[in-house]
Amino acid sequence: MTDPGLGTNEADRRATAAPGRLDTILRYTAEERTNHWIVALCFVLAALSGLALFHPALFGLSGLFGGGPWTRILHPFIGLAMVVAFLFFGVKEASHNRMEPRDWAWLRHVGDVVNNREDRLPEVGRYNAGQKLVFYAIVLCLTGLLLTGIVIWRAYFSLYFPISVVRVSSVLHAFCAFVLICTIIVHIYAAIWVRGSVHAMTRGTVTPGWAWKHHRAWFREIMTHAANSRPRSD
Amino acid sequence: MALQSLDIIRRSATTLPSPEIREPTGGQDVAKLIDTTKCIGCKACQVACMEWNDLRDEIGTNVGQYQNPHDLSDSSWTLMRFAEVENPKGDLEWLIRKDGCMHCADPGCLKACPSPGAIVQYSNGIVDFHEENCIGCGYCVTGCPFDIPRISKKDHKAYKCTLCSDRVAVGLEPACIKSCPTGALVFGTKDDMKQHAAERIEDLKSRGFENAGLYDPAGVGGTHVMYVLHHADQAPLYSGLPQDPHISPNVRLWKGVSKPAALAVMAFTALAGFFHYIRVGPDETDASDEAAAQEMARKQEKAP
Amino acid sequence: MTNHWVDIKNADVILAMGGNAAEAHPCGFKWVTEAKAHNKARLIVVDPRFTRTASVADIYAPIRTGTDIVFLGGVISYLLANDKIQHEYVKNYTDFSFIVREDFGFQNGLYSGYDADTRSYQRSTWDYEMGPDGFVKTDPSLNHPRCVYQLMKQHYARYTPEMVARVCGTPQDKFLQICDMLASTATPTRAMTIMYALGWTQHSVGSQMIRQGAMVQLLLGNIGVAGGGMNALRGHSNIQGLTDLGLMSDLLPGYLNLPGEKMKDYKAYMAAHDFKPLRPNQLSYWQNYDKFFISLMKAWWGDAATADNNWAYDYLPKLDRLYDMLQFVELMNQGKMTGFICQGFNPLGAAPNKAKLNTSLAQLKFLVIMDPLATETSEFWRNFGEHNDVDPAKIQTEVFRLPTNCFAEENGSLTNSSRWLQWHWKGAEPPGEARSDLQIMGEIFTRMRAMYRTDGGAYPDPIVNLSWPYARPNSPTAEELAREYSGKALKDLADPKDPTKVTRKAGEQLAGFAELRNDGSTASGCWIFCGAWGPTGNLMARRDNSDPTGIGQTLNWAFSWPANRRVLYNRASCDPTGKPFNPDRTLVAWNGKAWGGADIPDFKVDEDPTHGMGPFIMNAEGVGRFFARTFMADGPFPEHYEPFETPLSSNPLSPNQPGTLNNPAARVFDDDRKAFGKPDQFPHAATTYRLTEHFHFWTKHVRLNAIIQPQQFVEIGAALGKELGIASGDRVKVSSNRGYIDAVAVVTKRLRALQVDGKTLHHVGIPIHWGFKGLAKPGFLANTLTPFVGDANSQTPEFKSFLVKVEKL
Repeated sequence: MTDPGLGTNEADRRATAAPGRLDTILRYTAEERTNHWIVALCFVLAALSGLALFHPALFGLSGLFGGGPWTRILHPFIGLAMVVAFLFFGVKEASHNRMEPRDWAWLRHVGDVVNNREDRLPEVGRYNAGQKLVFYAIVLCLTGLLLTGIVIWRAYFSLYFPISVVRVSSVLHAFCAFVLICTIIVHIYAAIWVRGSVHAMTRGTVTPGWAWKHHRAWFREIMTHAANSRPRSD
Repeated sequence: MALQSLDIIRRSATTLPSPEIREPTGGQDVAKLIDTTKCIGCKACQVACMEWNDLRDEIGTNVGQYQNPHDLSDSSWTLMRFAEVENPKGDLEWLIRKDGCMHCADPGCLKACPSPGAIVQYSNGIVDFHEENCIGCGYCVTGCPFDIPRISKKDHKAYKCTLCSDRVAVGLEPACIKSCPTGALVFGTKDDMKQHAAERIEDLKSRGFENAGLYDPAGVGGTHVMYVLHHADQAPLYSGLPQDPHISPNVRLWKGVSKPAALAVMAFTALAGFFHYIRVGPDETDASDEAAAQEMARKQEKAP
Repeated sequence: MTNHWVDIKNADVILAMGGNAAEAHPCGFKWVTEAKAHNKARLIVVDPRFTRTASVADIYAPIRTGTDIVFLGGVISYLLANDKIQHEYVKNYTDFSFIVREDFGFQNGLYSGYDADTRSYQRSTWDYEMGPDGFVKTDPSLNHPRCVYQLMKQHYARYTPEMVARVCGTPQDKFLQICDMLASTATPTRAMTIMYALGWTQHSVGSQMIRQGAMVQLLLGNIGVAGGGMNALRGHSNIQGLTDLGLMSDLLPGYLNLPGEKMKDYKAYMAAHDFKPLRPNQLSYWQNYDKFFISLMKAWWGDAATADNNWAYDYLPKLDRLYDMLQFVELMNQGKMTGFICQGFNPLGAAPNKAKLNTSLAQLKFLVIMDPLATETSEFWRNFGEHNDVDPAKIQTEVFRLPTNCFAEENGSLTNSSRWLQWHWKGAEPPGEARSDLQIMGEIFTRMRAMYRTDGGAYPDPIVNLSWPYARPNSPTAEELAREYSGKALKDLADPKDPTKVTRKAGEQLAGFAELRNDGSTASGCWIFCGAWGPTGNLMARRDNSDPTGIGQTLNWAFSWPANRRVLYNRASCDPTGKPFNPDRTLVAWNGKAWGGADIPDFKVDEDPTHGMGPFIMNAEGVGRFFARTFMADGPFPEHYEPFETPLSSNPLSPNQPGTLNNPAARVFDDDRKAFGKPDQFPHAATTYRLTEHFHFWTKHVRLNAIIQPQQFVEIGAALGKELGIASGDRVKVSSNRGYIDAVAVVTKRLRALQVDGKTLHHVGIPIHWGFKGLAKPGFLANTLTPFVGDANSQTPEFKSFLVKVEKL
């Protein structure tokens, strides 16, 4: 961590603003990070096991789980764990993900977004519109996956549903998973692309410059708060 | 599989063709013909099936009908289904149908199965489950247009009639065929069975069953278990035999084009990111951003 | 069977009545499907229930249980009225033209000679009028008012289609349609087979139902022809062998008679069995009775049976009465029996009125059970809740259970319905302590003989002198017994035509019963089986199924009694000149010198047909009998009587004669009569039967059978179900005046409500297979409900018709 733009570990831990100079800003608490990564791990496992069952070419992935039957056994439980974990995460984050008028404006500038021309974009709060869309996509997909997953969970539930419902659910489950995976690919790439984001979710903090550049409205808000009480906004 | 077979022409969840070197002389498909018009519902076939395959279903209860066990199960791969139907003349008909795997030429189970080699189709047309490869997901149940496979509660494997592939492979007829006392069950090449059925249908027509016919539904590419029906135009009379079975469009979609398409889109998404990185590069925060941030922070502090 | 299973494929019409072949004889039923598939045969089913047989029939007609005589009487009436009979056949091969005694009569349901006190007939008037030449008088013109044809026509004139509909509940159109189909076989080239079983046997008029079926077949010329016959479907794989070997209380092996106590004199016994021909030049084969009888006595008592002691005639017990099942249970019930050896028999379930069985068995001092299974009878003393609600403390009967092997664990022969003695070989060793029946009987006999030898007794001779030539006296083998019942020469047998020639050396097995002699030089334990183990070896073990003529005559498969003959009375398949009625299905024919063909001729082989010998060579008349003479206990023509429990209050065929509601000569004891129910309390007609999935009370011990039919049920019609609010799967209580069972209800369209005598009648079907032992779900023995009354001739219980009440539980 030699990037001069970023704070030291010491500064992270303090997570407070030194008088006169702002070092780092805490974006995600340890609990939030833990929660996120539980969801993320579940997602990776569910996706890998799901893909193993989805396409013959990927069946080899089942080896990661101890073979086909273990993949079949574990996948729905992993999925359930993801839903539960996301539930905690999502409830906390829901308020930050309301679409606002500036989000629509932001979306209209998608060309500027992908070309790193942030100076042309409207100011962004804690989350930009793309992140919010990711949030909604996850909520919808997980809801769909949960409902259809129960229907096609052969060991416990399938026998309670008519075969036509099972068939539709199988298709919808695959579709939701497909959408979710694509969404998460975008999500992950965005994290790699926008430097500093990974650090935010691994260590919790961002630099003021990062916040100023990518989430200026949020940064402004924090500064206001910091002036009044604490330099952090939840 | 301990022994390989060169007679497997299709495997589940396998993208490349199976060994194709063999050309069986005659290349003949086998078929079981179930003549419902000769069947007396004695259940000898059920017992023979249990005996040959070493299956023992539970000793259940009577729920008000002759059908026992009540349904197909992991241990009951075939079952006599009894239906009482009054015909337009006011006479009763007791339509008895031996239910079990139809061994479709285009098997929905095989299409749906995600586990490579858990379901295979032999060159003689038999569709077989190889339980050692079965992962117990139940997709075969979802895929089957006839509601045949059953998942065992003991081992969570899928089971169904094998058409006694082990017997047929060594030149014997399936156990049910051997046990049938009235000749309602016959077994041979599909061509021969069709011919036999034609004779039966002629006889039935002479007895006033004008719509007698062979049940070899084209919707699943034909089947290797066929029925002679008195009322081929009303298959559902026979305890819900589908009139025009086919693999559900949902299953076709799920297990057809959507598989490669979805993978392609996912890969494209990832690649799009990669090339974006190559072409546009990361969105970094530099010193000027930090400075701007500090500047703003100072202003904010003074502002109130 | 007069014919055999395979021969059914030759039938043009098949009448399944009084039996449910598809259900109870599925393997034999293959020949019905064969006839349908390849002989364009039409299958007719007449049954109270739409059965598994009906499911593949061309026409089904419902009938009220126990009224088959009205239906068949209607058929006879139809055939006679419409002249649908095979004229050449009935004219030459039946007693149509025979004149009956003037004092024979029939009025208001009773034949002449009835004695109401003994409930039996004095039958001497039931006979032919004899001419001065010692032969029966006949009238070939058939105009004589007392010729059998006229009497029969008159007797069945009352059996109109309207009467059939009224009594049987069979719709008239169905009845007439069936008559028409049966009548189609009156032509010489068409044949009908009748397949029946316990659905005819188990009635108080059962023997007469069967007789009447045979009469229909005689009228149509269907006896003795390929694809014809009266075919009894025997329920047990060896029940034919049981009757053949004389296990009825009044029979000796080969249908010889055990003398009654009035027949203490040997000469009188023989005189009663001389069977002089009643018409000129008739074979009357029973004239050889003495040869069969003496050979039997030689087989049993060997050197102790001599001409001087009348072949040990005194050794035979002389019956004071019949000891049929109903009788011995009655005696047991009266406390007149001490011990009971019960071999391969489960009387607690197999005799009627289980409650009576429970009290009767409890009167015994000891009960020996020989069976491979733990039968209900062997645990009759144990409390199994409501399924066997007894107090063991009050039952002092000592029960010995001797486990036997089952048929597959020993060698031996089984005689099937086709009269084929088929040898079978041991497939496995018996389990545990199980021993063969032969070994157990051998042990019992040798020990008893030793006791008689040392201690003497009132009359030890029959025991100590019994021929017991087996290599291991305490364990005879099936092979030794087979040779014995088949028979051998005891001395060198000289050719009667040339006394210098020896046709059979002493000790050699005989080729057939024609070799039996009445001078003590031959021994045969069962004359009709003679030749089964002949000089060339065990013919029962033959397994050559070649069928040279293609009509199913596999003469080198096993051995068919008598004389390896496959179709009885096959001479009747030819016209009087010896030409086959149906050249496409020739069984035998006269070639100018001898009879021969696809079967062993049932005739004198060198008898020129023009000499007028009739084809029914066992009858003294030489022809088939419509008029049974004295051979039936309850009348020479079958007459309808209601079941002993009937929904009707009077017999529609003899309405003004109260004593004729039920068979006036049936077997019924006074106490049991009191246990009969009345229709006001028990309004539904019930019948018991078997299911394909089970064999009697055995297979509920077998897991596979228990899986495919696990639990007791009763069948009720949809109309009754609706009336009582019962749906399939509900539990119902079915009670008769003797007890109740409760079971799952199978509500079905296959049991139709019938209109009988102006009222709606419902049937209740009660399968028998459950009990309180075995792997299937425990249930009630069905005979809890059944009435203790038997047929007048066979004393077979009336399991097929009784009254019950159904209630929802």
